[in-house]
Formats: sequence, C-alpha cells, structure tokens
Amino acid sequence: MVRSNNKELSTPKLFIIAGLFLLATGMIWGITGGLQYILPGFLKRQLSFERVRPLHVSSVVFWIILSAIGSVSTYIQQHTGKKLYSNKLIKAQFIIFIISIFIILCSYILGKFGGREYWEFHPILALPIIIAWILFLINVVKSIGTLKNQPVYIWMWLTGVIFFLFTFLESYLWLFPYFRNNVVNDMTIQWKSYGSMVGSWNMLIYGSSIFLMDKISNTKTYSHSRIAFLLYFTGLFNLMFNWGHHIYTLPTHGFVKHISYAVSMTELFILGRIIYLWKDSLTTAKKNFHQTSYRFLMAADIWIFLTLVLAIAMSIPAINVYTHGTHITVAHTMGATIGINSFLLLAIAFDILKDTCRNFKPYKKRFNTGYWIANGSLLLFWISLICAGVIKAKWQLSSSQIPFSSMMLTLKPYFIVFFIAGVIMMVGFLLIIYPLVINQLLCYSKRNSTEKIDTSHQTAVSFQNK
Amino acid sequence: MLPEKNKLYIISLLLVSFLAYSGFIYKSLPFKNSAISEESIHGKILWQQYNCNACHQVYGLGGYLGPDLTNAFSKKGPAYISAFLKDGTETMPNFNLAQNEITALIAYLKSIDKTGSADPRTFTKNYDGTIEQ
Repeated sequence: MVRSNNKELSTPKLFIIAGLFLLATGMIWGITGGLQYILPGFLKRQLSFERVRPLHVSSVVFWIILSAIGSVSTYIQQHTGKKLYSNKLIKAQFIIFIISIFIILCSYILGKFGGREYWEFHPILALPIIIAWILFLINVVKSIGTLKNQPVYIWMWLTGVIFFLFTFLESYLWLFPYFRNNVVNDMTIQWKSYGSMVGSWNMLIYGSSIFLMDKISNTKTYSHSRIAFLLYFTGLFNLMFNWGHHIYTLPTHGFVKHISYAVSMTELFILGRIIYLWKDSLTTAKKNFHQTSYRFLMAADIWIFLTLVLAIAMSIPAINVYTHGTHITVAHTMGATIGINSFLLLAIAFDILKDTCRNFKPYKKRFNTGYWIANGSLLLFWISLICAGVIKAKWQLSSSQIPFSSMMLTLKPYFIVFFIAGVIMMVGFLLIIYPLVINQLLCYSKRNSTEKIDTSHQTAVSFQNK
Repeated sequence: MLPEKNKLYIISLLLVSFLAYSGFIYKSLPFKNSAISEESIHGKILWQQYNCNACHQVYGLGGYLGPDLTNAFSKKGPAYISAFLKDGTETMPNFNLAQNEITALIAYLKSIDKTGSADPRTFTKNYDGTIEQ
C-alpha cells in the first residue's frame, strides 16, 4: 500500500503546483490582453497582442494539461494502492515539460513563432512534448495493468492519454505539403485534431472528477455502473466525430458537417440527465457544501449545464452561422475552460494538496470570499462576451456593414465589463490558490517539522479498504 | 453493470470507425490538386511566423481583435492590404516587413480568397438546421 510522508513533495504534486503557477501567470496575460482590447495600442511596441494572446492561451492550456497529469498520476496510485510503475519516468516527464514550457513562453515574449493557433511555438518544440507524453503513456498503462473489471475512470484516463498523443501528432500533419498546400485541407485537419484533443484532456479531468466523487461519497457504485459507461461512450463518440462543428462555415466535405451535427445531438442525453438529476444534486450539494473540493464540483456542475446548452445550440449549423466568429464562441470556450475544467481541477487540487503539516483553517474565510468572487465574476464575464457576440453577429449579417473598427467601438462597453470582471475573477482565483500553494511550499521547506503520514493517502488507504 | 464483453465490443467498434473515418479524410481531402505558388507558400510561413492568426480570422477561426481576412483580397484589393502591412494601424504593430514579404502575404491571402466565401450572409439556412454554401 502506498504511504508517503507529507514533507515529500511528490512529482504528481509538483505537476499540480506548476499548473497553479501557470494559471496565475495565464490570468495576468489575460488581463493584459483585455486591456489591449479597451486601450488600442497599449504595449504595442513592447508586447503586442500577437504575443500576449499565445502567452495567455498556452499558460492556461498548460495549467490544464499539467494539473490533469498530476491528478491522474496521484489517483492511479490511490486506486491501485501501489506506487507508479516508474518514478524516474514521471520525474523525467516533469523536467521535460517544465523546460519546454519555459522555452515556449520565452519564445512568445521574444515574438518567435512558427506554429499555428494554440500551438504557436516553433514545431521543433513539439518534440519534447511528444516524448514527455509517451513517458506518461508508458507509466499510466503499466501502472494500471489490466482493463478487466476496472471502473469507468480508468477507461477515461487511458482514452485521454492515448487520444491526446494521437491528436497532438495529427495537429502537426501540416508539416507535410500534402496537408498544408490548401488552406481548407489544412484547416479541416487542424480542427479535426483540436476538436478531439479537447475531448482527450476532458477525459483525463472528468475521469479524475469521478474518482474524487467516489472518494467523497465513499462508494464505488457509480464508477462501475451502466450509466457511467454509457455516458463515457457518449463522450468518446463525441470526441471522435463531433469536431466538425468548429468548421461548419469552411467549404470542406458536407458529410463532415452532417456527421458532426447528428453526433452532437447525442449531448442532449447528457443535458437531459443533468436536468433530471438536478434536485438530487442540490440535496447532495447541501450535505457536502462544507468540503472545499465538493464546492468546486458543484460550481462545475452549473457551468456544465450552461456551457452544454450553448454548445448544443452552436452545434446546429443554422445557429452556428450566426455565432461563429463572434465572442459567443469565446464565451463558450471560457465557460468550458474556466467554469468546467478549472473548477474541476481546483476540486482535485484541493483534495490532493490541501492536507499538509500547516493548518488550512486560517485561510477559510479568504477561500470563501475567493470562491464566490470567482463564480460571480465568471458569470458577468460570460454574459458580457455573449452580449458582445450578439452585436458582432448582427453586424456580420447586416446588409450595410459599418467598418470593422467602428463595429469594435460599439463593443467597447462590453469589453470594459469583460475586463473588470476578468480582474475581479483573477483576484478571486488568487485568493483560492494562494493558501494551497503557500501551505505546500512552507510545509515542505520547514525541515524540522515532524513526520506525519500523508492524510490524503490515509484517506486513500481507507477508501481502498472499503 | 455493463458486461465486460460488451464494453470491449463498443470500444473496438468506436476505435475502428474512428480510424476508418480519419484515414478516409486524410485520403480524400476536400481540395484535390491544389498546387499553390511558391510565393503563397512563403506567405503561409510568414503568416505563422508573425502569428497573424492571433488577431485575424480565416473562415471565422482565429483571434477577434482584427477583421476576418478570408475574402480581404477580393473585397479590399492588394493595394489596401499592402498599406496596412506597410504601416500597421493604431492597434496593429508595424512589423517592418520587406517588400517581398508583403508580396508573399498578399499572395497567401489571394490563395485563401480563391477557396470560397466566409461571409455568413451568403449561406442558405435550411429548416432542418443545416446550411448550404
């Protein structure tokens, strides 16, 4: 059985802490980009928007990826009751990731690009990421061993790890002239890979969330249930075939769009289930609201509902024509990455990092304030983006279009609200993550503290014995 | 609980379908024989090197600070585009591009323009929720 000392800063924990640092820096880049929207020309010479945007996007994407790796690596050990297959592999993976991310972010600051949207860095830097991911794949597969009688989260982790590698490699097919020589061919493959890639990291995060929910409720009934597997297969089906909704307006194959439209409607099944179970969720929420991890799971539940409604609407091509290329798409992305992914990852981060030799109680009030600030401001942020999107959609369809710059001026009030909400949201997130990181760092640097058995592992051990 | 055998059947079916679908798309890309000029290829490399996509969209995909450039070539013309590329704007930096770089970027925008229209006003919306270009 795995037991560790809480003074030991294990590599999976380091992944999550590094992720939290990237979340904090990503928000600062986001605020800078927001300022450039409302103050045209702000930092144009020093750090123009084409540098700030990838700095923001890559920082938060790596927050999601690193903390997903950290959570899967921790929970696999808690699930199997054994250490990871290789500690050396995960350490090597961590070092490769950190060095690569550092070089990537520095290259953006210097204005050195060469990739494409979301992976703007020079393609050579994709190599270490691929190598690090292969190390992760080996560790996950070897640590799990068999698929027989495994709960749904094991299936989700394996799916996520394999599909991330596949889609990441696929997103570099543009390096071959056959794929890149026509913009439509190139964008078809680009969005095929990106659409599925998001699904792959969602598999890692949702799998870890299900593990956490089992842990909180002290039962493994759900993760072995028929409904859990049906939802997993629905998610996988969407991961594989639903990517076409990103490119409805691209003159690509019609069947890509029709398949995506049909497949995306299976999400109505997930939406229906959320509504059906709403009352039960509320009762459980009231019971577990005192638990920090559970609070984030509950917040994510609300954001899953809001984002799913928007996603299903946007999956209908005739509606997508209006929303595509507007800030409604941004609202959808922000709802998914902040409201769902980040909240779920924070729930997991609190479960894994909260128990240290230092007490969390003094930070409780600060945490509560941060939690409500982050949720309230995210809603305002989301609404302001939807409003800006509606105005841009009207402009796109207007028969007598005013110039683009004049249209952008009409959006300014919404950008100001969006910026203010963004700043408040950053404050909220910092209030939440500060005690988590500071407690870990102070505890581990305190050499003379007494050795205690890691309480998170104690919980895991008792959970295993249930 | 779902029987183990059924889980394996479902996952195998999904994986085979996905691989077949992916293979089919790779093999039959929407635009066949799409030979483009050397200048346009150079333009695409520059488009990525200057990260133009951070602010501009192509077919509605990309950043939102600047306008969609899918049909900028036919709507605005090369002289108009060239002026922006030479001096920048209040928001867009002056990248101090060389003349051959400006020519290459315009050639790339011309090749994008040829592929179709990104204007949502040109789409037909059907009652079943589908669209036609």
